[in-house]
Amino acid sequence: MKKRRLVTRTIILLVLGAAVVYTLYANFTKDSRLKVDVGDQAPDFVLIDMDGNKHQLSDYRGQGVFLNFWGTWCPPCKKEMPYINNQYNQFKDQGVQVLSVDIQESELVVNQFVEQYKLDFPIMIDKDKEVMTAYGVDLLPATFLIDKNGKVVKYHTGELTEDKVREFMESIKP
Amino acid sequence: MKDVKCECGHVNPHGTVLCEACGKVLDEQEANKSKLLDMRYEGSARRSQTYNKTVIDKIWNFFSSVKVGVWLIVITLIASILGTIFPQEMYINLPPEVYYEQEHGWVGKLYYQLGFHDLYSSWWYLLLIAMIGISLVICSLDRVVPLYKALKAQRVTRNEGFLKRQRLFSASSNISEHDIEKIKDHLKLKRYHIREENGDLLAEKGRFSRWGPYVNHVGLIIFLIGGMLRFIPGMYVYENLWVKEGETALIPETDGKYYLKNKEFILEHYDKEKDRTFEQAIDRAGDVVKNYQSNVVLYKEKGESLPGEKPDLQKIKEYKVKVNLPLKFEGYSVYQSSYRSELVAMTFSLVKKDSSQSFGDITIDLKNPKKEYNLGNGYSVKIINYFPDFEFDDNGEPITKSRVPNNPAFVFRMISPEKPEGETSFVAIQQTIEPPGENAYKMAFKGIDTQEVSGFTISKDSTLWVIILGGIIFMIGVIQGSYWNHRRIWVQRKNGQIWIAAHTNKNWYGLKRELEFVLADTKLTFPKDQLQGEHEEKEEA
Repeated sequence: MKKRRLVTRTIILLVLGAAVVYTLYANFTKDSRLKVDVGDQAPDFVLIDMDGNKHQLSDYRGQGVFLNFWGTWCPPCKKEMPYINNQYNQFKDQGVQVLSVDIQESELVVNQFVEQYKLDFPIMIDKDKEVMTAYGVDLLPATFLIDKNGKVVKYHTGELTEDKVREFMESIKP
Repeated sequence: MKDVKCECGHVNPHGTVLCEACGKVLDEQEANKSKLLDMRYEGSARRSQTYNKTVIDKIWNFFSSVKVGVWLIVITLIASILGTIFPQEMYINLPPEVYYEQEHGWVGKLYYQLGFHDLYSSWWYLLLIAMIGISLVICSLDRVVPLYKALKAQRVTRNEGFLKRQRLFSASSNISEHDIEKIKDHLKLKRYHIREENGDLLAEKGRFSRWGPYVNHVGLIIFLIGGMLRFIPGMYVYENLWVKEGETALIPETDGKYYLKNKEFILEHYDKEKDRTFEQAIDRAGDVVKNYQSNVVLYKEKGESLPGEKPDLQKIKEYKVKVNLPLKFEGYSVYQSSYRSELVAMTFSLVKKDSSQSFGDITIDLKNPKKEYNLGNGYSVKIINYFPDFEFDDNGEPITKSRVPNNPAFVFRMISPEKPEGETSFVAIQQTIEPPGENAYKMAFKGIDTQEVSGFTISKDSTLWVIILGGIIFMIGVIQGSYWNHRRIWVQRKNGQIWIAAHTNKNWYGLKRELEFVLADTKLTFPKDQLQGEHEEKEEA
């Protein structure tokens, strides 16, 4: 009788406690919950680059992909672009691809930027912000590192140094 | 801690005040306390304070206390009041870590640090609500189970002390079987359930009103669960979406399935001439908006497309979204919530400065400007640089602040037969900068095109039904407990007399009126109110 009371009470308290813990956890993580988190399969997408070539993420299976979201108006993006370009030229023969997604700007502006900074890697414009939405990108620049199996291994927001770029590319070398 | 056996033979749980079966006072301290019995929870063992051995029991007993529950509610109320002193985070424009200290000094800083700025999401507030929920469950369980058992176990024949110490009580010496039959008939007319044992009688009605508070609590708990469900991804959506006229946008949180096209945004004002009734009001208040409306088309994606790919869209329906008339589909509602005008194009004229002769106009699509505009006859204009949201940076270089064309600026190269290599000119709104040396041509500003952008709120609340269900059950509980009374009348033979005792959980006046009817035309003594009007009514909590 007493034992049963203890068991019943324990079960009821555990159920209530679990509900409370879940609610608190969900509340704490609601702002930081990522759409695409480390360990997730990177959502596939298709974009056309400035030269008219089609790039589909899943076509790069077997290679590491350095996926960078940016805008010409964002100062840290401007800073890190030359570093990415340098490292791209180092790593492109070692199976690391750079895909650079501009958010909803005009071709004129992006082309001017590419000419000014002499960028060699493919640059594409996400005209309807669909890829940005799929990846849940909020602040620019944002960089996703995707390994040869298409899994996200790192997510970084904010400016990158050249060392960081090198380290990142090294980490996704197949 | 042993169960208590009453002299009537019934075994009661430890802590019982009144025997569940016969009503004898088991706790003698209680017996000497007052002339009348405390009938709350039928004197059942509602709080097993003595089972205090394990941590589980201690936690249980803490939440089982109504005092604790009331304090939790009071603290939550005070916190909610404090949360209204300064504006909540969602209503301020500055980052909260700056705003509260800047506006309200150290009090504001403390307010922010304690989490009052986002009260409903602060951990301690959620914890308080959760504790109220737990208290509600445990308080209810701890009371409803013993109460149910006690009411089920009650016997017809009651202990003398129990009857004597009911608020309404009388003893009549002249016994007539005829009177007893009459009482029974009267009780039946008043829809009492009558049970008889050894010539004793118990008439009872409205017992189910005793469950009212607990039904009410079940409703509250369902309500709280509904609130909790909001945290489960996909259950609750509240997002903003801006769509320019003529454009189609993906509706967020629909798994990339639904798209919304904004055909047209309409803003109507009240017209003094047409709406004569409002003439004075319009004179006083100026322009008054009559209607905010977006004519939209809802599309669903056929098949699957990858982000970035042109989706294959199937038209679902056209709709005019107005304030409070949202577009509804699959649990989602699209509300008209805002609008703004956006610059979409600018028109310039290539003009020769000395003759003011124009050699043609160019209209620049600000979202997608062309590299070169050919005006024929050897005249053309090239855009060397475009800054949609222009400003000078710290080094005096022109830059753009964002991708939105709020303040467009251009570097033009004007090519004419006289100057085939072109002349350069920097043109921003109300500002032209030319290189040293006179330019023969200029880009004369002619006009702008704007387009309306509708602001929508996308909302979906799958928890609403749970909350409504909780609310309905809550109200059923309230009604059940308020509009019915649990009344009992005992007519029993003791010491060669007829004892009449009566009890109700509320509305003693009603019970007395009913007793008048029941005892009418009998020689039995009418029960006396032993409270003697000290308190007119004492309600059960």
